[in-house]
Amino acid sequence: MDFIRPASWEEALAAKAEHPTAVPIAGGTDVMVEINFDHRRPEYLLDLNRIGDLTEWEVGEDTVRLGASVSYTKIMENLRAELPGLALASHTVASPQIRNRGGVGGNLGTASPAGDAHPALLSAGAEVEAESAARGTRLIPIDEFYTGVKRNALQPDELIRAVHIKKADGPQQYSKVGTRNAMVIAVCAFGLALHPETRTVRTGIGSAAPTPVRAKTAEDFLNAALEEGGFWDNGKIITPSAAKQFADLCSAACNPIDDVRGTASYRRHAVGVMARRTLTWTWESYRDARRASEGAA
Amino acid sequence: MRVNFTVNGRPQEADDVWEGESLLYVLRERLGLPGSKNACEQGECGSCTVRLDGVPVCSCLVAAGQVEGREVVTVEGLADYAKQRSEGGCATGTCGTTLQDAQLGVPPGEAWGRQAKGTDSQTGEGTELSPIQQAFIDAGAVQCGFCTPGLLVAADEMLENNPDPTDADIREALSGNLCRCTGYEKIMDAVRLAAARQSEGV
Repeated sequence: MDFIRPASWEEALAAKAEHPTAVPIAGGTDVMVEINFDHRRPEYLLDLNRIGDLTEWEVGEDTVRLGASVSYTKIMENLRAELPGLALASHTVASPQIRNRGGVGGNLGTASPAGDAHPALLSAGAEVEAESAARGTRLIPIDEFYTGVKRNALQPDELIRAVHIKKADGPQQYSKVGTRNAMVIAVCAFGLALHPETRTVRTGIGSAAPTPVRAKTAEDFLNAALEEGGFWDNGKIITPSAAKQFADLCSAACNPIDDVRGTASYRRHAVGVMARRTLTWTWESYRDARRASEGAA
Repeated sequence: MRVNFTVNGRPQEADDVWEGESLLYVLRERLGLPGSKNACEQGECGSCTVRLDGVPVCSCLVAAGQVEGREVVTVEGLADYAKQRSEGGCATGTCGTTLQDAQLGVPPGEAWGRQAKGTDSQTGEGTELSPIQQAFIDAGAVQCGFCTPGLLVAADEMLENNPDPTDADIREALSGNLCRCTGYEKIMDAVRLAAARQSEGV
């Protein structure tokens, strides 16, 4: 095994081009487990810790450019206002020790269906900034990024430099089922974001299909129901029947398996429950914000 | 490969390090610092918790090559680290290296051995413990003791940043550390005690 320690991003890209099988290591919270247990013996480890700008973020007009190695702890501490869904998801990652090391770039690189960041990225809307020495930078829409179980759209010579995540324009929520509050791999997870500016709702489902997925049929149904009822304007409570149908459609968007953490039918059921709850929570926040702004006006 | 880094304030050099080796392995097997415990090797238990540039991490998940040039504090250095902090000195641990040692060219290993003998934090004899270590003893928070080093490092860091923690704060800060004896209540008592003593001292 070779340990490659590039001092700059350009050096890292050159190393990845020269050794496409090199495994990038940043926080190490996935890669080191595989090495410790002898599940993986990569020919090259490509250490990204010395590349400072991977741990930086920029808050822009519409998006946050989040460096691939910004730790979950930093996201929780610094980006709760701009990325509320991702901040909530970050808080459910493992333990303080793991949150101090792990970041979204690793979650995307591993592309496990159970990665905690995925439902938040899907519901907020995001693009993955990938780069190669040969072809430069490209932005991969998050909906096209996950291609299979632990597979993603990256080419062998590409590295993830950052993620561009849409800044929240409305309430966002994240919910995760596990056996305890810490150190838990999601049995299933659900992210939901209201986007009042475009009058749309976006979702993200984790651990209930081969890849993280959006419940698009459920989104379409809810978007139409909210529009027809004038809900965005009148701020009424969403009718229980609409919430239930939304929940059922979210369950139907799952394609889960039975495994040690839970059965397929439990996952489907739990995703429906989380969909209904996160819709209720976010819609209540939206109504509160509306009332507050009307009260002020 | 060779890895140079600072451990408990002293420069250390580890040779013949395998590229896939963890920081934990280097500390225990190459530098003779067995305080950090090896249990799950997958970041689940927190027994190997150390400070890496001040931040608590599972040393089993840090590749040895990633610590090149960086600063590590283990449970063996916790008493000194806490002492320097309370004296308002350098909390990063770098002040632990004496200028004299550097000038005399004392090999890092020997320097550490001498220090370990002088202040034996492994037995608690002939040494001044850090407040969190003393609180663990006073509260009876140590049963088999295997999880204790990781808990001490994690709890000490929390008290550094949050001198007046709620019970929820303590539980969250220690949520990455498992105690198979299930002695959590006494551990909670110990951290509350250390926090109370710390605030009295101010």
